[in-house]
Formats: sequence, C-alpha cells, structure tokens
Amino acid sequence: MTIEFTEAEKARLLEDVIAGRVPDERGRFGPFGGRYVPETLVPALERLTEGVHRYLKDPDFLARFHHELATWVGRPTALTHAPNLGRAWGAQVWFKREDLAHTGAHKINNAIGQALLAKMLGAKRVIAETGAGQHGVASAAACARLGLPCTVYMGAVDVERQAPNVDRMRRLGATVHAVQSGDRTLRSAIDEALREWVSDPEGTYYLLGSVVGPHPYPYLVREMHAVIGREAREQMLKAEGALPDAVFACVGGGSNAIGLFHPMVADRDVQLIGVEAGGSGMGLGEHSATLSRGRPGVLQGSYTLLLQDDDGQVQGTHSISAGLDYPGVGPEHALLQQIGRVRYVSASDTEALDALNECCALEGILPALETAHAFAGARAWARDNPGRRLLIGLSGRGDKDMPTLAKHPLEARDAAA
Amino acid sequence: MQPHERITAAIRKRVEGGDPALVAFLTAGYPTAEGFLPALEVIAQAADVVEIGVPFSDPMADGMTIQRASQVAIDNGVSLRWIFARLAERDFAASAPLLLMSYLNPLLNFGYEALARRSAEVGVCGYIVPDLPLEECAPLREALEREGVGLVQMVTPATPAPRIRLLCEASRGFVYAVTMTGITGGARGLPAGVAEYLDRVREVSPIPVCAGFGIREAAQVSMIGAHAEGAVVGSALIEVLERDGDPGAFLRGLRGRDA
Repeated sequence: MTIEFTEAEKARLLEDVIAGRVPDERGRFGPFGGRYVPETLVPALERLTEGVHRYLKDPDFLARFHHELATWVGRPTALTHAPNLGRAWGAQVWFKREDLAHTGAHKINNAIGQALLAKMLGAKRVIAETGAGQHGVASAAACARLGLPCTVYMGAVDVERQAPNVDRMRRLGATVHAVQSGDRTLRSAIDEALREWVSDPEGTYYLLGSVVGPHPYPYLVREMHAVIGREAREQMLKAEGALPDAVFACVGGGSNAIGLFHPMVADRDVQLIGVEAGGSGMGLGEHSATLSRGRPGVLQGSYTLLLQDDDGQVQGTHSISAGLDYPGVGPEHALLQQIGRVRYVSASDTEALDALNECCALEGILPALETAHAFAGARAWARDNPGRRLLIGLSGRGDKDMPTLAKHPLEARDAAA
Repeated sequence: MQPHERITAAIRKRVEGGDPALVAFLTAGYPTAEGFLPALEVIAQAADVVEIGVPFSDPMADGMTIQRASQVAIDNGVSLRWIFARLAERDFAASAPLLLMSYLNPLLNFGYEALARRSAEVGVCGYIVPDLPLEECAPLREALEREGVGLVQMVTPATPAPRIRLLCEASRGFVYAVTMTGITGGARGLPAGVAEYLDRVREVSPIPVCAGFGIREAAQVSMIGAHAEGAVVGSALIEVLERDGDPGAFLRGLRGRDA
C-alpha cells in the first residue's frame, strides 16, 4: 500500500524469488523481513541460522525428517477430487488434504522438522506459541515423539474457544501457559514466548509456528512446509495432466499458504490467491485482513505489513477463527503481494461458516474454520471465472472448532419424525 | 556540545563526584497523563539522566510492570506526538538530559527525519530502542546523528566478546549493559558474575557503561557503582509512581542518601 515498486523492480524481485535468492543472508524478502529483536536474542538467532544452513542441507538430517514425514505424519497427503462442490460452483475442484496429516493440520510438518532441529542443536526444552491450538498440539506431539519437554503459550481467549486442543496438548505431555497480557490471542502468545526465550536463550529452543518472526524463522518454516506445494503440484500433474488455474489458501501468519504457493511461484500461469479473515466488518478491530488493510511496520521481529494506527500501535483484530486472528503476516507474503505474484482477498466470518457447512454437506469433510476462508475465497472466484480448475489447500480439520460451531447452529434440518 | 555528549557528560560529572550515576525510567503518561510533567520535573532533579518510555502495544522485552504501565499510558492517549508536545510546553529546564526509550514501530511511523528534528527541538538527546539490533540500526542512527542525537546500544551477558566491542564502539551517550538474560522488572536480584561481566564491558567501552534490569535497592546501586559508571532504574520507579509515592525521595534513597 505504501511501498511502490516499478514494473522492472517487480520483475527482478520475482526472478529473485524463483531463483531461490530470497531471503538474502540478512533475512530480507525484498524490503521485508529482517531481524528486529532484543540484543539478548541475537546470538541465539545466529546459532539457529547456522544450524538451519547446516542441517537443511545435511543428507542424514533430511533422511530422518523425510522418514518421520512418511511414517509418522502420513505423507504424502492425498489430493482429493471434489465433484459435488465442483458442480455447485461450476468448476473443477481439488483439495490438498493437510487435514489428513497427523494431528489434523499442516502444522505438524514444521513441528516435527523443527523439533528434530532442536534436538540436533542440543536444546534442553522447547517452547511454542499457539492460536487455534493446532501448532501447540503439533509441537506437543513432536516433542513427545522426540523426548523433549514442551511448554505452549496460548492466549487466554484462545484457551477458552479451543478447549479440546488444550486438553490434547496436556495429554501429549506439554505444559499449557494461558497468557493473560495484551489481547490474549495469538499475538500475545508470541510476545510471551519471546519473553520466555529472552530469559533462557541458550537452553531453550523456540519452535515458532508460522512464517513470521525474525530471520531465520520465515525461511525455516517455509522450507518445512514447501512439501505441501511440491506434492500438490506433482499430484495435479499426475491426476489431471495439468496444473490448476488458481490455487487458494487461507492466510493468518501464512504458513500453509507459503507451503502451498512457494513451489508454484515459478508457474506463472497459475494464479495464487490468499484469503484473509474479513471478520465481522472492515472497521478497525473487526477483521484480520493485514495484507488488504495493513501498512508496513515492525512487529515481533519482522518488517512486514501490519494492522496499526497512525501512532504505530498494533491494532486489535477479530476473526471467528483463532488461527487467522493476527495483526501481522509473514514477510514473504508482503513481498509476493507487492510484486503482484499473489493476490490477497478476504472472506467474512459468515462467508467462512457458509463455506464450511457447504463442504461438510457436499463432500463429507469438516474443514477447520481457518481453512473455510480459503473455500469462501475460492467459491467467490469460481462465480466470476466459470469452468476453471481450482486447487484449495485444505489446511486442517475442523473438529477443534465444534465449541465455536455450536454457537452457530444449522437450521433445524432433521425431519420431524 | 552535541546532545548525545550531554548524556555522557552528565554521567561523568556524577562519577567524578564519587557516586555512580542514576538513569531513571518512567513511562510517559503513567499512571496519569496530567502527572507526566510534574513527575518528570521531580525525577529530572534527582536523577542524572532520564529515560522516558514511549508506550507500545507489544513490549516484548518488558515484564509485567512496564507492560501494564504501557497499556495504561496508551489508554490515557499517550503517543510519541503527545510526548513531544508536552516536552515542548514544559516550563522547567530539566536538569538531567532526556532520552526516549521506544520500540521501533512508533519511531518508524513518525518518520526518522522528522523524529531527529523534533528530538533536537524539544531537548531529547538520545534513544534506546530495545528491538533494534546493531545490524538493522543504520537508517535510524544516521538520521539521529545528523542532529547530534545519540542511539544507545545494549549489551547482554549472552553477547560474545567481539560483539560487545562492536556495540560499545557504536553506542552514543552510554552503553546500556543488561544485567541478565531476561525481561525488565525481574525480582530475582542481580545474577552471580555480574561484576566480572560489567568489568569486561567497561574495559572495551570508550563511553560510560550503565547497568540495568532488576535494580531496586541502594546496595545494588552501590555494588554496580564499583563496576560501571551508573545504574538504570525502571520497574522499581514505576512501582513507586503506581503507589503514588515520592519518586525524588526513592531516587535519593537509591544513592544511599536519606529521603
């Protein structure tokens, strides 16, 4: 919105993304990203960056990671054809089924990968933040698998609205810390996890759950999730002999979207569309549509787009889905938007709920409320672009959302007997 | 004398008198907006340097005390613009040089050129920016230095020796030596090894070293004084203001003088 690139700069930055030159060694995605943290964390982030460069190219580490993905996570996840939804929308619709990954969402790819990295780097304990609870559950499960103690920071508002996941984390051996400061959602949970990490930067590994935060996290988390897009691309070619016309993913911090989009950025004929939470309206505090409504700023270690007021105070957000309820976004998304490679739209709480119900009824799949935003965005696009081939990132299952869904009952549908 | 040199001079003057310097921190507009200038006047008489906290919605390096103060100040309508306006209208000459402590985003929003100009106009001599490490600081530092305003660098017990040297050389006003890995307002007291750590920092620093985080008592100030030029007092002073206590008396007490 305020960073203007010339067409030549956009083209050059896109070439950089495609050629793997982004981020640069300072963690910059064009102007975005970087490392804005207290001095105490600089040596810890340096060690992590060295570890990332070493192990993400180490054949033994990668073999172990891929073995865990195949035998514990359950990869590759399926590509599912959705003919009923396709008929309703006048489109060819395919799902990439991250809901079928262990623990029910894409988050597990990153959690097991980073937990393995923590182990290699000699961490004594792991801390993680969570919004919807999916990253918390994934971190707890990965840490249990590898024998690492795990503490999860979760905003008190989210603890309440995602109660089933809190119980799952505890059963998986994690300590859940309800954060009472700030807005008591995902953003406060990240602030609190950072504070905890500042207190013990050497023994603690911070398992950040999205493509946000200081370098190297936006890069590291992208690499852990890029498997989603690589698999989906291959599966589409195998099933259809062609790539999709358009690919949809929901965007909060943006981890599943980057995982799906990144391997297809070079396929210039494939439209990439991220769907943010439009919440209950477009007034301040009513939504979480950072890319549509934000301005550049620094939050939680990264220069990116933010929802903020004129004084630079970060604004409250709202979404029916805890996982999208975040005022910032990954710096790579900010770049992909500004150079015009990915288009970002938003879907309201109501549109997401309708899309969720439609997917349940027509395809027998209950997507997460976060994921339902991608469905709502895809449905709107299909209306304007009939007869096209769509791929939707089905990032997680919706069982965790039953307490929220209970507040939005279906019209009485059971036949009076 | 450049504004940042006024900070250094104030600290050295106190040290020459045989006492460690006191750097006092208050969150602007906490507990009340009206109380800001009166509190500043009292604190600027008792302390050698005053650090004015610009409230931010996400203070990730701060503990509960400053988080709470920050949120109340925002609710009281305090912003960077507001702070500059109050400083411009004050009718007392602050005896102690003033610094602003701010997270980066409010400064970024204000614009670095305007920030430097406005700082020089209202007598702000330096900045402490806890989420701006050396590698990212060039644009802000260059803009501030064109007006003679200094950017204070922080070192911590986790900082490797070669980096401590770099930070000390880049710092202006003084070097802020964080006493512990952790957030502000810790109640654990000073960690073991703090004396040796401060000695290491002082050995390579061309400007005074002031230690902060977890300092609440006269005995700690006096102990710090043997290994650094000064002590930064933040959360403990905020708590005095919170109780409607007398900040001047509290600061004089930290020097081991009677209130």
